[in-house]
Amino acid sequence: MESNTYMYILIMAAVTFAIRVLPLTLIQKQISNQFIQSFLYYVPYVTLAVMTFPAILGATQSPISGWLALLVGVFSAWRGAGLFKVALSCCIVVFAAELVLV
Amino acid sequence: MILRDENRQAWHEGMKDGIPIGLGYFAVAFSLGIAAFNAGMSPIEAFWTSALCNASAGEYAGITMIAAKAVYLELAIVTLIANARYMLMSCALSQRIKPGTKFRHRLLLGFYVTDELFAISVARKGYLNPFYTYGAIMMAAPCWAIGTFIGAVAGDILPLRVVSAFSVALYGMFLAIIIPPGKENKIIAYLVAISFAASFIFSEIPLFSNISSGTAIIILTVVISAAAAILFPHKENKEES
Repeated sequence: MESNTYMYILIMAAVTFAIRVLPLTLIQKQISNQFIQSFLYYVPYVTLAVMTFPAILGATQSPISGWLALLVGVFSAWRGAGLFKVALSCCIVVFAAELVLV
Repeated sequence: MILRDENRQAWHEGMKDGIPIGLGYFAVAFSLGIAAFNAGMSPIEAFWTSALCNASAGEYAGITMIAAKAVYLELAIVTLIANARYMLMSCALSQRIKPGTKFRHRLLLGFYVTDELFAISVARKGYLNPFYTYGAIMMAAPCWAIGTFIGAVAGDILPLRVVSAFSVALYGMFLAIIIPPGKENKIIAYLVAISFAASFIFSEIPLFSNISSGTAIIILTVVISAAAAILFPHKENKEES
């Protein structure tokens, strides 16, 4: 099939919009099904974890700096640093490591 | 009915709270733009992706699919899975909107349910005045779209060393979302570890490694989350409404 980038973008936008707007407009009460509630609760953690590892190892010029970014990211997030600080720490450790490695 | 002065006050408070969010967005959007550049997208395409989707992980997953020249249905499913958490947030937010709030407010609020804007919106006392969120959106959303555009431009001109460093910003942000809750809830900590291991196995074991990364994300997310939901049903500690 011939694929078009703007078609891709429109599909992403439409799906993303539907996901956010449908509950807000349709659902008026709490979801009571225990399984769906639990499933939706766990999904974000699992999907973000799956997307992060091992992809982070291939994002940098050397897998070693990827590993360092992962360790520093997990450590600083565990210590309670916010989104911005954790992201920045990962960037800095990669930059510093690759001054030596690459 | 809400008075106009109240709306204006809420709007100003929202703008103030939106500034740090905008700064954080800019940095993350920048790395997203670099990812878009690496996927072969133009800065304008990257701009529209961010302006229309407003989703970090969801956009990243989508960009991965675009780079892989996935079929449209596959992209739609991946987008659905990667953004599934917004459905949960949107459900929660629906409980905080005053009954009888106009449909257009629900549409506009829905368009901008992001981790950060959701967090500050539900943190408001009582029913949410939509104008508070609009104020924050006005500060944060342009940073997101323009940051992505600049990232995609910079991907082309910045030295490889700097691009490499920025490429992990997004993963750092993901870690900042998934790691801290593991301190309170050990099940989440184990789930994250299991997800890491399973994802690693999928990418390394020859039997699985010819499955596209997008499909692997879907399969692993559904299987692991469903298993966790069956084995460890999550008790919502919010009181019933």
